[in-house]
Amino acid sequence: MGKTLAEKVWDDHVVAKGEDGNPDLLYIDLHLLHEVTSPQAFDGLRLAGRPVRRPDLTIATEDHNTPTINIDKQIVDLTSRTQIETLRKNCAEFGVRLHPLGDIEQGIVHVVGPQLGLTMPGVTVVCGDSHTSTHGAFGAMAFGIGTSEVEHVLATQTLPLKPFKTMAITVEGELRPGVTAKDIILAVIARIGTGGGQGYVLEYRGSAIRSLSMEGRMTICNMSIEAGARAGMVAPDQITYDYLQGRPHAPEGVDWDAAVKYWNTLPTDDDAVFDAEILVDASELEPFVTWGTNPGQGVSLSESIPDPAQYADPNDRAAAERALEYMDLAAGTPMKDIRVDAVFMGSCTNSRIEDLRAFASVIKGHQKAEGLRVMVVPGSARVRLEAEAEGIDKIITDFGAEWRFAGCSMCLGMNPDQLEPGERCASTSNRNFEGRQGKGGRTHLVSPLVAAATAIRGTLSSPWDLVAEGVAPTRPEAVATHSNSIGVDA
Amino acid sequence: MEKITRITGIAVPMPRSNIDTDQIIPAVFLKRVTKTGFEDALFHAWRQEPDFVLNRAEYRNARILVAGPDFGTGSSREHAVWALRDFGFDVVLSPRFGDIFRGNSGKQGLLTGQISEADASQLWALMEAAPGIEATVDLVDRTATLGNLTVPFEIDDYTRWRLLEGLDDIGLTLRDEAKITQFEKTREAWRPRTLPAR
Ligand code: SF4
Repeated sequence: MGKTLAEKVWDDHVVAKGEDGNPDLLYIDLHLLHEVTSPQAFDGLRLAGRPVRRPDLTIATEDHNTPTINIDKQIVDLTSRTQIETLRKNCAEFGVRLHPLGDIEQGIVHVVGPQLGLTMPGVTVVCGDSHTSTHGAFGAMAFGIGTSEVEHVLATQTLPLKPFKTMAITVEGELRPGVTAKDIILAVIARIGTGGGQGYVLEYRGSAIRSLSMEGRMTICNMSIEAGARAGMVAPDQITYDYLQGRPHAPEGVDWDAAVKYWNTLPTDDDAVFDAEILVDASELEPFVTWGTNPGQGVSLSESIPDPAQYADPNDRAAAERALEYMDLAAGTPMKDIRVDAVFMGSCTNSRIEDLRAFASVIKGHQKAEGLRVMVVPGSARVRLEAEAEGIDKIITDFGAEWRFAGCSMCLGMNPDQLEPGERCASTSNRNFEGRQGKGGRTHLVSPLVAAATAIRGTLSSPWDLVAEGVAPTRPEAVATHSNSIGVDA
Repeated sequence: MEKITRITGIAVPMPRSNIDTDQIIPAVFLKRVTKTGFEDALFHAWRQEPDFVLNRAEYRNARILVAGPDFGTGSSREHAVWALRDFGFDVVLSPRFGDIFRGNSGKQGLLTGQISEADASQLWALMEAAPGIEATVDLVDRTATLGNLTVPFEIDDYTRWRLLEGLDDIGLTLRDEAKITQFEKTREAWRPRTLPAR
């Protein structure tokens, strides 16, 4: 019997096979660190007198606590500042490469790895962060770990793990214009639920996935964790190789050739069997948006808020009722009638250059809706520079939005970028939990295109609405779903 | 991690049930960046009460905690174990433990022994009659002795073996060090390397 992509990558990293139900010892190719989940791991090493085994497979960046304005000033919040300073101290002491605030490679850890060419097919990637699943877009086995596991990897470059089950999520057909990777994954999570992927590695396949750019694939893999999965993966192909080749840490010359030869063997064999399979018709998908307080509580933008009474499961019903109360929304309200106070364009889900281009392509030449707060936060310092070289910053500030420095920002509000109590936000991030973006804040998860249209109209909207009203010169057909060709190139 | 075979030390009674991890260490202390220095955070709310058992002079150097059922339930924070270790505890005996807490304990060298409710009551009575009395916990025999009373405790074989050998997770993995080194030798040149920076 053939093997799946996930099984191939796994098998090639087993250092010691676990006998009778014991975990395998798995080798880790790349360990990413940030300031929040690493301090106690380093402290543990220090207490035990252990070194970092492979500093050359380890890299750190500052993202969760970093400010997005006045980045040259001292961080006011004491906890944030301590975490940042501790990371700097630890990296210096243990010889770990760090990209601190102000550095050209600083940014959200899941944007930085791929951008440097460190994330590649067929490798294992871990980080003390649940959205490590992002890196699976390259055909890597990438998953989040806890702080004691961070210490374990620092000390041994391995992890004892039991194999995951595999689930195929096959998305066939052509996406309609204006429908993006974000809409695919929001629709998938709404369908299988926030626990639907538990214990699984999800492999996204099918023609719709194949036609996505690396950015789009990263958006999808990023949110695998929101379906409860350990990891998400996409088989590597020419799009992967084209994205990777020439990046600072991508293999070169004969190494590149050897790598590609191996990577070409990774896609799931035709006769491999998945433990579970889901089929999605891409051509039916519309722009998708959440109404509740978990990423599975979503509907198409053209629909209305569901009535909790229609849920057969009493737990789902109670959760929906609680969510609507927190969100201050009534069942039956059309999603498009919902007015927002803020738009957040950023996070490791949607803050790469292509996301910013998509956002800019819609808002170009418009003014933001009155009274709206619109914040655009690039995923890394390099993305920020790239965007500025293309004039995207200008489009954003002309629109009346704020153009910030890189970091996690309002995705979780560990820095001062937070929603006020009661404020409602259309956000391109990945979690709409109660208080996630600030105490009492209300989050609707959306794609960059929906975020842009919403910022123009002030109510949850898609680019389709702009055309219908004749507001936008951009017809949705002109709005690329997944390519870079949207007219704001430098 | 140090090997544990037999531990003798002052035993302290805490007959409350359902002492969850939030009571062991409140969330505000989770902001810290170290694994140590949590001794003051242990049972923080209760420590504000002057007659709380750990505030009494005779228990200052306690090493063995005998608690009511369902000790360590609630949030999975590893800090609960660090705080108990920092205060000086090597052993917690209770009729029932929270699963995650118990798992975390084994990894940090904190022995958690499950005793019967009847034995717990007997131990508490003896401790109250002689505050500051020492107990001996024998991991080889799986028994706890206080004065003339010896009670059995349960601990799974794997955790017991690890504690006897003084193996934390990392120590356990490093027993396979030769295999790791061998694996590294076969690692292809194209695989990622963060150093030197390019
Ligand atoms: S952007 Fe949000 S989800 Fe991504 S790593 Fe930062 S806090 Fe986590």
